[in-house]
Amino acid sequence: MPTSQSDEIRTDFQSIILNLQSHWAKQGAVVLQPYDMEVGAGTFHPATTLRALGPDDIWRAAYVQPSRRPSDGRYGENPNRMQHFYQFQVIFKPSPADSQALYLDSLKAIGLDPDKHDIRFVEDDWESPTLGAWGLGWEVWCDGMEISQFTYFQQVGGIECNPVPLELTYGLERLAMYIQGVENVYDLDWDGVPAAEGGKTYGDIFKRAEIEFSGWNFEHADTDMLLGHFRDAEIECGRLLGLETPLALPAYDQCMKASHLFNMLDARGVISVTERAAYIGRVRGLAKGCCEAWMGITETTTNG
Amino acid sequence: MADLVIEFVSEEIPARMQAGAGRDLARLIETALTTLGVWHDDSVATGLCAPRHLLAYVTNIAASQPDRIIEKRGPRVDAPEAAIAGFLNSAGVSREDLVEEDTPKGRFLFARSEITGGDTAALLAPIIIDILTHFPWPKSQRWGRGKFRWVRPLHRINILFDGKPLAGSLDLGGGDVINFGAASCGHYFEAPDDIDLTGVTSLDDVQARLRAGYVMLDQDERHDAIIKDAKKLAASRSCHLNETQLGGYLADIAGLVEWPTPLMGQIEDRFMVLPPELLQATIATHQKYITLSDADGKFSSNFIVLSNRLGDAVRDKVIIAGNQRVLRARLADAEFFWQQDQARQLETYLPALGDVTFYEGLGSIHDKAIRMEKLASAIAPQMPSANLKAASRAARLAKADLVTGMVGEFPELQGIMGGYYAAASGEDKAVCDAITAHYRPQGPADDLPATPEAMVVALADKIDTLVGFFGIDAKPTGSKDPFALRRAALGVIRIIVDGQLAIPLGKILQVAASGYGFVEVDADLLPFIRDRLRGYLRDQKMRHDVVAAALADDDGDDICLMAARASALAGFLAAADGAGLMAGWRRVSSILAAEEKKAKTAFAATSDPALFTETEKALFAPLSTMAENQDNIESQLAALGALRSPIDLFFEKIVVNDDDPAIRLNRLGLLAMIREKMLAVADFTKIEG
Repeated sequence: MPTSQSDEIRTDFQSIILNLQSHWAKQGAVVLQPYDMEVGAGTFHPATTLRALGPDDIWRAAYVQPSRRPSDGRYGENPNRMQHFYQFQVIFKPSPADSQALYLDSLKAIGLDPDKHDIRFVEDDWESPTLGAWGLGWEVWCDGMEISQFTYFQQVGGIECNPVPLELTYGLERLAMYIQGVENVYDLDWDGVPAAEGGKTYGDIFKRAEIEFSGWNFEHADTDMLLGHFRDAEIECGRLLGLETPLALPAYDQCMKASHLFNMLDARGVISVTERAAYIGRVRGLAKGCCEAWMGITETTTNG
Repeated sequence: MADLVIEFVSEEIPARMQAGAGRDLARLIETALTTLGVWHDDSVATGLCAPRHLLAYVTNIAASQPDRIIEKRGPRVDAPEAAIAGFLNSAGVSREDLVEEDTPKGRFLFARSEITGGDTAALLAPIIIDILTHFPWPKSQRWGRGKFRWVRPLHRINILFDGKPLAGSLDLGGGDVINFGAASCGHYFEAPDDIDLTGVTSLDDVQARLRAGYVMLDQDERHDAIIKDAKKLAASRSCHLNETQLGGYLADIAGLVEWPTPLMGQIEDRFMVLPPELLQATIATHQKYITLSDADGKFSSNFIVLSNRLGDAVRDKVIIAGNQRVLRARLADAEFFWQQDQARQLETYLPALGDVTFYEGLGSIHDKAIRMEKLASAIAPQMPSANLKAASRAARLAKADLVTGMVGEFPELQGIMGGYYAAASGEDKAVCDAITAHYRPQGPADDLPATPEAMVVALADKIDTLVGFFGIDAKPTGSKDPFALRRAALGVIRIIVDGQLAIPLGKILQVAASGYGFVEVDADLLPFIRDRLRGYLRDQKMRHDVVAAALADDDGDDICLMAARASALAGFLAAADGAGLMAGWRRVSSILAAEEKKAKTAFAATSDPALFTETEKALFAPLSTMAENQDNIESQLAALGALRSPIDLFFEKIVVNDDDPAIRLNRLGLLAMIREKMLAVADFTKIEG
């Protein structure tokens, strides 16, 4: 498929990541590594959730975050849906006056010249009920395809963001598929090395994982164990928040755990529609508590 | 007189908010200028909105305010000196400036001052700040370090009065300020440079300057351009736009482009076997493309995408290929669900409905399906043309598609997918059609279900919903109707009235209530439905007083009969006999009212024929023989119509107030008979004029 990247810019998967990293590093971002826990989106990384609130007045970070959405697994059979995928996450606080231009420049850096495409900013208000967070912004379309989420955070953990951070989330697989002109995610060129020389595709690396994890997520995960883990995480989180000097970061780890365990339970189909809202409310209660502890707000009123 | 331009340039405003924003800005500036006293009879405020531009153009406002006198009332003339001194202080005048004046409450001191009207230009900045600060966006946000809220980050405020830039600034808080200017900007990619608005002379001039930068400010202009150019492009492939479908999302498309360029895309052949409703939902609702029909009226494999770029052969190819790629992925998803869902019999989805809550306290959707099946079996026998077996089968299966993959992905296809899947499962056509149409009508303009079985299932669904929510006291209040119960009631009414269904609604409601295990139907439900019927009839352009008269004391449950009464009465009153009778009625009722007031008693509707003249006998005869046939409104009205001449003759020849009290009373009794007979048919007291 004819896309229009310039010749010098490498478009293999890892080069897209490297190019985004160096682009945002040049803009003054600290380039972080993925958080070492299972999360549903890059937003969960404490570098976004907690740093969006404080304590730094200026916070700029960029990182890749593997994201796990157990119910999106398709046993490696769907060309665009996986239970494990990568997001590239940028958080800039305060949001720069030229946020849109900065973002468009980053597309150039990965070989997607905005002038050769039809780029749109289409309303998409973002809300994370589990994080008690919301913001306004857009999904960014390139020739009709959503390639990024662009959000001005307003609240996290029920707390107003001040200053307001800009959050950019690039769906790396989708973006790479478009840039490489590939129809199936598993055909993505990972490293730019020819197959004959041992080069790897996305499928070489992840297909087996997709098949096995889909099986685990949907069929084999022990739901009693998951329920137990959920309760344990919830209790531990509450306990850490209840300490005389609350331990916000370890508590937040437990909150992320609970959130992921809820997603697992959901994928296993053991949470009814009515229970769903209650579970989400419980995780939100934890997230709120963690954010408040992080900000040193003592009176916790966690009522979901 | 001078013109005013207000322009706010921001990041992309959501498409759905643009039309409202234009209207709001025009309205707010008109109100503000009126308050200032500079709005003129010839003033016109026009609001326009494009993705990044919100603009109001106001013509012919006064260059300065008129002078005016401000009057403040002070204390009474005999008030203590301290009170008067306080007033002088607060009004900023001296004692000799005060005048004394009598008021209904006594003699008071007044301070009058003449205020010289200010220059409009000097007064504008604060009102613009006020509009910015209180603009009614459905949702707004902060950005950067600011406290100020706007729909998306605001970058420029351009104010021109009489073609000249106006000084001023908006403090965003957090140290950021936007200074008023006169520099608009063109299309983000095609003409990003500033566009100077200095010296603009008209709205056309403003629009022309922006058009030169590839921005169509006017949403209507963008609409029209999209339709016109898309039609042309479609015609080049012998296609036409599916325009009836377009209404719902044209504003969305027009709100996403500053400069629309239609491009033709192609749907892959393998997807053309998918149902047209599914293609429409995928292509239009989700991707906002325009779908087409070919010359034979079939869903075309061509579609139109609106690009926000100027035409460019190389780039257009990239844009089309990109959009086709997205559509391919979307349709592949749809195709996957289409095949996956049909691999099972529709009926096998029923158990999973048990996990979907209908509403807390009203059981699961599965419970609802079982109730609907029973209810359909109770309704179908009331409709001679409906096949009971097919109707109850359809009711049982109607909700099964809710747990299919497709409806999970495309909720708007509920019912429609059920119909297709029922067909694939080998169900009878009557069953499939009933499933397909049972959500109808979805609103006052939506079509009714066409087949008798579909009507039965549609009624069963809506009645079950009404009885359930009323049963747990979740009734509509004021403007709040979260469960769309008014729409459900209107649906029931339209199906019954349109289908001429003489359904004993009370009994059916009772069946529905027992399905929930309620002891009885909530007492407010039938009156609610009757009230919706009145609303429905008024919406049919029936006079409100006629509706009120026909349905005044109705406590029945036969919707069809009630509607027939109203329309018969309307027809009767519009015809000569009815109109004539009403003239007689007004005399009858005004005489009775006056005499009964004097007598302090109501006259009995009896009369002694022995005291009659021939004229009275001619009136008494039809009155005394009128049958009390409650069911046939037409014959009742015909009988009333026959009274017209005898009544007219009676008033022509007879003086009611005869000197003989017995005769007088007898005649009043005759009039009371007329009243009784007429009120038995309809409450004519409600008829106006």
